[in-house]
Amino acid sequence: MGGAAAAPALALLHEVVPHQGLHHALSGGQASAAGASTAGHPGHGGAGGGLAHASFAGGTVDHHANGFDPTEILRDFERGKTRRLASGRVLREFELVAHDKEIEVAPGVKFAAWTYNGRVPGPTLRCREGERLRIRFANGSAHPHTVHFHGIHPAHMDGVPGVGERSGGGLIEPGQSYAYEFDATPFGLHLYHCHVMPLESHISKGLYGAFVIDPRRGRPDADELVMVMNGFDTNFDASNEVYAVNTVGFHYMEEPVRVRRGELVRIYLVNVLEFDPVNSFHIHANFFHYYPTGTSLEPTELTDTVVQAQGQRGILELRFPEPGRYMFHAHVSEFAQLGWMGFFEVLA
Amino acid sequence: MEARAGTERPPPAARLPAWALGLIPLSLIAGTAALLALLGAPGLGDRTGPPVEELAVERTVLRPGEIELTVRNDGPDPVDVAQVVVNDAFVPFTASDGNRVGRLAATTLDITYPWIEGEAYEISMITSTGATIDHEIPVAAETPEQSSSFFALMALLGLYVGVIPVALGMLWLPFVRRIDQGWIRLLIAFTVGLLTVLGVDAALEGLEIGNAAPSAFGGQALVLLGALGSYLVLAGVDSYLSARSRASVPGAAAGGGAYLALLVAIGIGLHNLGEGLAIGSAYAVGALALGTFLVVGFALHNTTEGLAIVAPLAKGTPSLARLGALGLIAGAPAIPGAWIGFAAFNPSVAALLFGVGAGAIARVIWQLVPAMRDGRGRALHPGAVAALLAGMLALYLTGLVVPV
Repeated sequence: MGGAAAAPALALLHEVVPHQGLHHALSGGQASAAGASTAGHPGHGGAGGGLAHASFAGGTVDHHANGFDPTEILRDFERGKTRRLASGRVLREFELVAHDKEIEVAPGVKFAAWTYNGRVPGPTLRCREGERLRIRFANGSAHPHTVHFHGIHPAHMDGVPGVGERSGGGLIEPGQSYAYEFDATPFGLHLYHCHVMPLESHISKGLYGAFVIDPRRGRPDADELVMVMNGFDTNFDASNEVYAVNTVGFHYMEEPVRVRRGELVRIYLVNVLEFDPVNSFHIHANFFHYYPTGTSLEPTELTDTVVQAQGQRGILELRFPEPGRYMFHAHVSEFAQLGWMGFFEVLA
Repeated sequence: MEARAGTERPPPAARLPAWALGLIPLSLIAGTAALLALLGAPGLGDRTGPPVEELAVERTVLRPGEIELTVRNDGPDPVDVAQVVVNDAFVPFTASDGNRVGRLAATTLDITYPWIEGEAYEISMITSTGATIDHEIPVAAETPEQSSSFFALMALLGLYVGVIPVALGMLWLPFVRRIDQGWIRLLIAFTVGLLTVLGVDAALEGLEIGNAAPSAFGGQALVLLGALGSYLVLAGVDSYLSARSRASVPGAAAGGGAYLALLVAIGIGLHNLGEGLAIGSAYAVGALALGTFLVVGFALHNTTEGLAIVAPLAKGTPSLARLGALGLIAGAPAIPGAWIGFAAFNPSVAALLFGVGAGAIARVIWQLVPAMRDGRGRALHPGAVAALLAGMLALYLTGLVVPV
């Protein structure tokens, strides 16, 4: 955390802003406390100083209209329905439906999204290594889509147009449906997304989700959180206007992620960000063990910052020794300024 | 004749007075428009496609820790400014008249941002549909406060760049009165050369400003309309005055030297109004380096304008008061120009004013051309062409030292 002393702006970035005050300041359309004080900074012939973090115009996102709340997405794992096959294996079944839906990605800013099950990111599908999986996909969108899973499976179950059409897979036209069926392997943290061309728009419009395959013996008990790093190109210029974790910019600034002091916290971190080559996750005042792709039970690194390209993912494990508010954000300052920034609230 | 007299019966419409005939279509048009508006243009349905969102930034004010943008909606649909991004960061802001800007309406966005002097800023307004409207601040500098001392400063500046140089240039009058007719023609041609560059300059500057102005108010078309308007008004005034002077004082042609000098002064005055506007608005955005360089540059540049005014005055003996009035007409508009440019800069008005200046200069050139003619009636005799080019070159070269 040596960089914190670098500049006054950075110091402000690290400063803790009272939750209520921040929320009220934002909805009142006023600068937050720190922002207002710098506004009055008597710079000679200029201004200088810094803004409080997450300082943007008033209003809050209507989660009800969106149909999902980033705070709930954190701990929402879709486990599907299971039954035992004659062979003794477990068959786990999921349902995914593609819908076109307008969502609000920052207060007042609407985005015409394409969704799985009406939410962005799509449901976090969770299963156990070795199970048989059947994912029924129905396309209720006006555009053809697929579901492409990261994992090990036969070609015709890969959700790629031009492959698997003979068995009814491949491109799934509007109104059509298909059941993807394969084994849950290897264990780890994966993802799924639409694989229709133009890929860039099918992914960036919201057709993606996290896919967790637990090891046979499971992982130690923990407070588990899903964080899908994404962004939105609201003006279609092939660059993102809003960056976020779980879709809504600055959401965890206003509603910090609540965790308990000393408890093991496990974060399933997936990067699906389109248009930018890398994304990153940085935590303040703490370090985490990092398990790339979650495919090993041994961490590779103890760090406070991890970089992921699109499609990369990994599991983070950490404990917060002291109560208080701890920031987490992309250590790509631009993304942080444009929404990818939040707080953990550690309760005693 | 008999046949016509026997069948003569006015058509029914002719029984109505002429003004009523003129009024009927007008009231029908108004009625139809009202009816269509009331019924919502039946049969046409709603617009297809997403809304068209356009905002033009009319004014930018920078105060410590604060950027203020006045934006006007010049598109067909209302625009909701949902978020503002400055250099890749969401920023807090308030909108004076609400975040929704109706068609042709304006709102002022007060943005909290710790800008730094001399740096560049890209401001992006994100609308409710996710579209972005960008505005660039190439070099940030604090906007001067509007106070009486500012108005005094602008008046002084106008005096320096407008009145004094023009007055200095007019000191060539004794010289002009001593040289013979052939040289006068060349001097007039030189003047036409000067004016040509001024006119081109005004038109181009107007077009540039018009490009940034809301298209709903005409944008660049305002320059052409302004030019055409001022040309026509001056032509009308000219023909009115010449008819009157011929009637009252037989022989005193409107093309006389004093009259031409007045026209030149008006044309140059309108040009200097635009020049003042440019100075005031440049000062407002901190793009104007006040000081010796500016004043010296303008002095060189505008003394040539003084020469242009006195060139037609070779004959006759104008009084000192008249000369003073001519100098003020030509130079003083720089002062109100600078005030308007700073305090109430509006790109649409500025484009129109630059157009008015260009049109006036075009008309003045038209009036001066006869005085260029040599004994054989040629306007573009070799000497005149050389003088014309020399005039253009002189203004071009002195223009190089003007830092606006």
